[in-house]
This record gives sequence, C-alpha cells and structure tokens, in this order.
Amino acid sequence: MSALAYAVADTAVIAKRNLLRIPRQPDLWVSFTIQPVMFVLLFVYVFGGAIRTPGYDYVDFLMPGIVIQTMSFGGFVTAIGLSDDLRKGLIDRFRSLPMARSAVLGGRTLADVATNAISIAVMVGVGLIVGFTFSSSPIEVIAGFALCILFGYAFSWIFAFVALSTSSAEGAQALGFMLIFPLTFASSAFVPPESMPSWLEAFAEANPFSTVVDALRALWVDAPHNNDVWAAVAWCIGLIVVFAGLAVYRYRRAVST
Amino acid sequence: MPDAAIEAHDLRKSFKDVHALDGIDLVAPVGTVLSLLGPNGAGKTTAVRILTTLLPPDGGSARVAGLDVVRDAAALRSRIGLAGQYAAVDENLTGRENLEMVGRLYHMGGGPARRRADELLERFSLTDAADRLSKTYSGGMRRRLDLAAALVARPPVIFLDEPTTGLDPRSRLQLWETIEARVAAGTTVLLTTQYLDEADRLADSIAVIDHGRVIAEGTSDQLKDRVGGERLEVTLGEGASTEAAIEALVPLAEDRPKCEAGVLALPLSRGRGGIAEAVRRLDDAGVGIDDIAVHRPTLDDVFITLTGHAAEPEEEEAEVGEAELEERAA
Repeated sequence: MSALAYAVADTAVIAKRNLLRIPRQPDLWVSFTIQPVMFVLLFVYVFGGAIRTPGYDYVDFLMPGIVIQTMSFGGFVTAIGLSDDLRKGLIDRFRSLPMARSAVLGGRTLADVATNAISIAVMVGVGLIVGFTFSSSPIEVIAGFALCILFGYAFSWIFAFVALSTSSAEGAQALGFMLIFPLTFASSAFVPPESMPSWLEAFAEANPFSTVVDALRALWVDAPHNNDVWAAVAWCIGLIVVFAGLAVYRYRRAVST
Repeated sequence: MPDAAIEAHDLRKSFKDVHALDGIDLVAPVGTVLSLLGPNGAGKTTAVRILTTLLPPDGGSARVAGLDVVRDAAALRSRIGLAGQYAAVDENLTGRENLEMVGRLYHMGGGPARRRADELLERFSLTDAADRLSKTYSGGMRRRLDLAAALVARPPVIFLDEPTTGLDPRSRLQLWETIEARVAAGTTVLLTTQYLDEADRLADSIAVIDHGRVIAEGTSDQLKDRVGGERLEVTLGEGASTEAAIEALVPLAEDRPKCEAGVLALPLSRGRGGIAEAVRRLDDAGVGIDDIAVHRPTLDDVFITLTGHAAEPEEEEAEVGEAELEERAA
C-alpha cells in the first residue's frame, strides 16, 4: 500500500472510532442538539418580535444565520474531543503507532461532520415547525446544506488547531468563545447590518461570517446572490487549507520524523 | 538485530532551562528488562518519550531495535509497543474495539486485527468483558487492556511507563506475571517505576535516575552491595550485658557494633561467619538474646543512600511539574 492509501485507511479507522463514540456520550448531545434548538426558540419568540427584517419573516431571516452560527460552535465538539484524547494519553498512543500523522486530526474532523449534520437536521426540523419555509429550488436547498457542512468542517479544523495550541478543553473553549462571539453577532446572522451603527455596519459587511450567512440566505430563502455563494465557498476552502495545515504542523511538532 | 535492543548515548533534553535529561546512557540487551528507577520528575518519562519517538532529543543519540529514534522514527514505530502512565485506552470503545483499532493502525488488516484482539482478550482474561465499554472496567482491567494494546503487533521492544501505579496488589502481581511471560518469549522491556519491589522482581538491570542523570546502574544485587553488605541485628535479652555482647561480636563485624535501645546492630564482614557464628559466640559469652536477624539492604536503602531522599512519591506536584514543562516547551 502507498503512503496515501495508508493515510486514507488510518483516517477511516479514526473516523470510525469517533463515530462509534457519538451515541455513547449522551452528555455531548446537549451541546449539538438541545442548545441550538433553544437558540432558535429564543430568537424567534423572544427577540424576533423586536427585530425588523424588511422583505422577510424573521424566522426566514434567522434560520440561515443561526444554522451557520451553530456550525461554528460545532468546532467545540472537535476541540473537546481532541483535548480529551490529549489529556488521557490517547494522542501519545496514536503518535507511537506507525500510522499516518494526519489521520488523528483528519478522522476527528471527518467524524464531526456527522454531529454537525445531526445538528442541522434538528434545527431545520424545529425551524420548519415554528414557521420557516424554503423558498428556493430543491437544488439550491441541497447546495445550502452542503455549504453548512463545508463551513462546519472548516470550523472543526480551526478548533482542532486551537485545541492543540491550548493546554485544556476549558482553555480551548474560552479562546473559541472570544473568537466566535464577536464574529457571529457582529454579522448579518441575527439582524440586518443596516440597523447597526455605521462603524459596526462596516465591520459586519466585511465579516466573512456575513458572507457565508448571506450565501445561505441566497440558497435557502432566495435572497439576492451578489456572488456571496462563491465567496463563501472560497472562504471555507481557504480556512480549511490554512487551519488543516497549522493543526497538522502543531500535531507533528513534538514528534521527530 | 544487534545485541542491544535499547541503546542510548548521552541523551539530553531541556525544557526551558530545566535539564530533564542531562546526558544519560542506557543499554538493554535483547530479551532483558531494564528498569529506570527514580523519583517523580527525575526524567524517566522524558527518556521513554524520546525512545518511543514522541519527543526529539536535544542531543545525544539512541537506537531501539537497531533503528535510530530520530532518523528512523517512522520505521521504528512498527517495532515498539508503549503502555503509558495513564492507561491510554479509549473509554468509549469496548475492549475488543480498542484492540482492533490499534491492530488496524499497525496496518494488520481487518481479519488479522480481529483475531489478534480475540487472542489478547483471552490471554489477559478480558474475554468476558470484551464487549463492554472500557469505561466500565476496573483499574486493573484497564491496565491489562493498555498492556494488551502495546502487544498487539508483537513488538520486539516494549516500553512500560509506571505500569502498576495505582493498582491493587493482586492486579500488580498479574501484570508482573504477564510481563515476565513476554520477556521469557524474547521481548525486551524498558520499565520505569518508582516501586523498588517492582524493579527488584522484574529487572535484569536497573538504572537509578535522579535530576536527569544515571547515578548508578547494575543488577539489583550489585546496587545493594554498593550500599553495604548484610547487617546483623540482635535484640538483647533482659539483663544481658551490652559490653559483653559487643566484645563477642567484634570479630564478625566490619565496624564497631552500635547499640540503641537494647538492639545491637553491626555490619557483617564477608566470609567471617553469619548468624550461626554470632549465636554461638553470644552463647559462649553468656549473653541472652530475645531476637536475632540478618538484614540485607533493600533497594530502599540503595535509593536513600544514592539520592538522599526516599523513593515513594512525596507529592503529586512533582509529576505535574514535568508534564507541564513539556507542555510549555512543545
């Protein structure tokens, strides 16, 4: 077998291991199912009435934004899993094995696509119950789901890097919150940027989060495209390339090759 | 394969300005057990991490199973097994899933990995628990699973970093027997421990490590001889004369006998008669005794003499210290 074939096989073994763990860690389910649903209900029923979104029902405006936010928080699952493996010595065991250096992280982030997919399904399900409707073609709806997954995958890599760079799961979470909170809330995810003070509006318009949220709105509720979809895909791929590189580098660093 | 399965020359590793390893040399011939003995923070774990390719050394060189730990790291990983200080098993997988996963990661292929897992579960008395999540296992079962994982690929060299820390006496004994069986089958073992009885029982050769240096090495007996030979302790009977006892025993002693609280202690000279001779002399001198015994020095005595402190962990902090240093330097 070639090195590449080994890398693929090793990644599959680690992904399988992480997938097996999902149903066995019910406490983790809170963070990727119940929590996002609470956010949907909070925004629709508590804040929604006070937020003006010209041209859209608030729930239609909200769903793309909140799904994208949840995808970014999905990175916490990656970070917690990796920190856990580090702390318990599993990463040491993996590093002492003749397996591909990229497989531990590759398998981890791949398995986390599954938790993100469950998250999306639960949220969109609840969204549909509280009045969300898709108003675009089925192809666009599917492309929208694909964009969510891609974005979630990018954030898994960002958080893999964060987890390997901090000494504890708590540290990774704290750093992640500091990173994600301003980015998601100062974006077009929950309110139209036009309603913000001008300096913040400028930030929100330039924020890549807005680009991705606007792209998903274009794909799901037929908002104007403005090239956001391609820009969003480019952002996601760029983030994956950069942070996968950094994370694998970080993983290898303590190892002589 | 060369005669030495593990060979290290002048290994050095610093974390910031702390010398975790300050130039150590180690040799373990094929099929033997080399024990690294030392207090927490002495550098044992750092040495294991370097020899298992987890950490690059700052200086010096090491070969394991004939392969250089830096240049041939990738090839070396398929020839070693590591069982860590913390039982590194995935607690959300069953025992069988854990072993199969490790087999797959050694690139054994699905069928052989499954068969090997079954075999090891059987050998480590884990068959009944094979399909239970390992988080439900007892401490001893986890250690056995961890050790089994290290043996999956039948590596010629295995590294055991404090394998019995925290185990109950029965589980320790079981683990020792397993290790002895591997060695009898030709496996070379490097074992770190802070338990002297463990080194005493398992090791062919012991390297005592303190502050990143090997401060003594040899067999258990050689180390004990360095501290001194046998010591005779006599508890004098009621009304027995201390003076008479000392006079009677002087010819046997290396040094002048000391008496404390009615117990006479003297280092025995080699080849000048042991306990039987002592009893005869005391009897001839009319000195009554309550008790008489010969003490061999223990590794504890060796340890205290060599390092100036006891081997048992004083506080957990020292261990955290070493781990944290590595963390920060990484």
